[in-house]
Amino acid sequence: MDDLSKIPGTPIFQGEQAKRGYALNKMCFSFNDAANRKAFLADEEGYMARYHLTDEQRAAIRSRNVGQLIAAGGNTYYLAKFAGIFGLNVQDVGAQQTGMTIEAFKAFLASQGT
Amino acid sequence: MARIIGGLTTSHVPSIGAAIARGEQQTPYWKPLFDAFIPVHAWLEAVKPDVAVVIYNDHGLNFFLDKMPTFAVGAAAQYDNADEGWGIPVLPSFAGDPDLSWHIIDRLVADEFDITMCQEMLVDHAFTLPIKLMYPDAGATWPLRTIPVTINSVQHPLPSAARCYKLGQAIGRAIESYPKDLKVVVVGTGGLSHQLDGTRAGFINKQFDLLCMEKIVNDPLALTQYSNRQIIELAGSQGVELMTWIAMRGALQGRVSKVASTYHAPISNTGGAVMLLANEPTPLAAAAE
Repeated sequence: MDDLSKIPGTPIFQGEQAKRGYALNKMCFSFNDAANRKAFLADEEGYMARYHLTDEQRAAIRSRNVGQLIAAGGNTYYLAKFAGIFGLNVQDVGAQQTGMTIEAFKAFLASQGT
Repeated sequence: MARIIGGLTTSHVPSIGAAIARGEQQTPYWKPLFDAFIPVHAWLEAVKPDVAVVIYNDHGLNFFLDKMPTFAVGAAAQYDNADEGWGIPVLPSFAGDPDLSWHIIDRLVADEFDITMCQEMLVDHAFTLPIKLMYPDAGATWPLRTIPVTINSVQHPLPSAARCYKLGQAIGRAIESYPKDLKVVVVGTGGLSHQLDGTRAGFINKQFDLLCMEKIVNDPLALTQYSNRQIIELAGSQGVELMTWIAMRGALQGRVSKVASTYHAPISNTGGAVMLLANEPTPLAAAAE
């Protein structure tokens, strides 16, 4: 079996993360639906309570910090739906995780294509 | 008998949908990707496939972590696209081919691939955008029927490259044993290198992508030698979408030749790649018919 641990800078979503992140990911999965996105924005705390998020997950949602959300068991595909509520795309999310400005992150992407 | 006439692979990044919606196909950023489809359109116009079997990975539209199939095959008369949460336009529904779906399902399970069978399945951007790229002028109806096949890329453990190649081979055998005269194109969507999460986010590996594009034509077994860890190291955590290319290639069992090929990076956070492979019956297979 593959050992997927300790690939530098690369979180891997395995059983442990799936178990820990279930409530958070289930909430983010619900954001496929526009009515749910609206309900979340109207009452974030109530919405998180309905999905039984842990304290760590609630704090991560409040922080809007992707690294913290992943540490709380978030899966990148479901977190993308949370990011979408705020109009953030994968460059915004990449810049945040790498500590770059958006412009620097885009320049980094472009530099790898040459 | 049904025949697989070719295989198509393409990146499926969601922002392609946004670019189409904004009419940005000819802007400097997007032109290389959209122009990659000019020879694909000519080929589709010439061969007119009846069915596309589309091998892709669902990104959390149809499947959640409550039930996550490693491999799933659609068996519906119609597949709907839906809101994925970040605002790209929903595309018109796609007609299925349930008889061919059930034939493939029967054959796959007989071949020891214990897939999940789905009579309802929402198809996400990884399915819809490649078909839109193939048929940009299609209106409310698409010019061919479709069968979605998904490979899990969300929840590890993921199937190995070697296993995905064998799945593709089994899909190929299943299609080519179908008694109706149909022309089938097999589409593999995803990749190439990219990583969305972690401090390595933004990683692209052009050299590895170009190697994959070379090997996929006539040495696909070279790609099946990589472990999932190696693929993640070389292509990024979402670079595992290479599995869809490998499965597509497994389905092509004849004489395979490259018709068109484009690499352009970055497209969004991804090494963008489009390839069209023709699949012609080998003399041996032709003689057996």
